[in-house]
Amino acid sequence: MADAPFRGCHDLGGLPAGPVERSEHDYADWERRIDAMAVLLGWKKVVTVDQRRRNVEALPPQAYDALAYYERWVVALGQSLIQRGLITSAELARKMMEVEKRA
Amino acid sequence: MPEPLFRPGERVRVLKAYPLGHVRTPFYIRGCTGTVERICGAFPNPEELAQMRDGLPPQPLYRVRFLQKEVWPDYRGAAGDVLEVEIYQHWLEKT
Repeated sequence: MADAPFRGCHDLGGLPAGPVERSEHDYADWERRIDAMAVLLGWKKVVTVDQRRRNVEALPPQAYDALAYYERWVVALGQSLIQRGLITSAELARKMMEVEKRA
Repeated sequence: MPEPLFRPGERVRVLKAYPLGHVRTPFYIRGCTGTVERICGAFPNPEELAQMRDGLPPQPLYRVRFLQKEVWPDYRGAAGDVLEVEIYQHWLEKT
C-alpha cells in the first residue's frame, strides 16, 4: 500500500478549492430525463441511490472531473443496469452505435 | 430499531480507517472525536446497499457534533464553532 490512505476523488471536504458557484440554472431536457430515469429505477427497486453513488465514485478521477453532474449520473445508471443484469455491455454497444447513426 | 450503543451527550471517536467500497463517512472527519448530538434513527447500511445487498440489520445513525477548531488545525473562526456530521454506528467507537 502507498503511504497516503485511500481517498476517493469525490471526497473533497477540506481540500483547497475555488469559491462555491451559487448561481442557479435551469435544467436541460436531457438532465430532467436522466433525473426521471433515476427516480423510476429507484421506485422499481432496480437501482438504489447508494449503488448509483458507488458507481459515480468509481469513475476514474479524470472522467469524474470532466463529466457534468448528470453525465456522471447517466454513466452510473448504465453501470448499475449492467451490474444488475438488466442490460449487457454488448446490447449497450449496439444501441449506442445505432443512436450515433441518427445524427 | 436495534438498540443504539451511544446516547446523546456521549463522546465518540470516528474510526481512522480508509477502506474500499462506498463509504459515507467523510475522509476529513475520520479519527476525530465529537459528541453525540442526537440519534437520527436506524437505516439499512448504505455501504451494503451500494453493493446490491439488503444492508440489514439497520444501522443506528447519529448526528455527531465536532468543534471546528479540532477538525481543522488552521481554523480561524470562533472557538465555539461546531460542525455536525451524520455518521453510522459502525464507524464510531467509545473514547
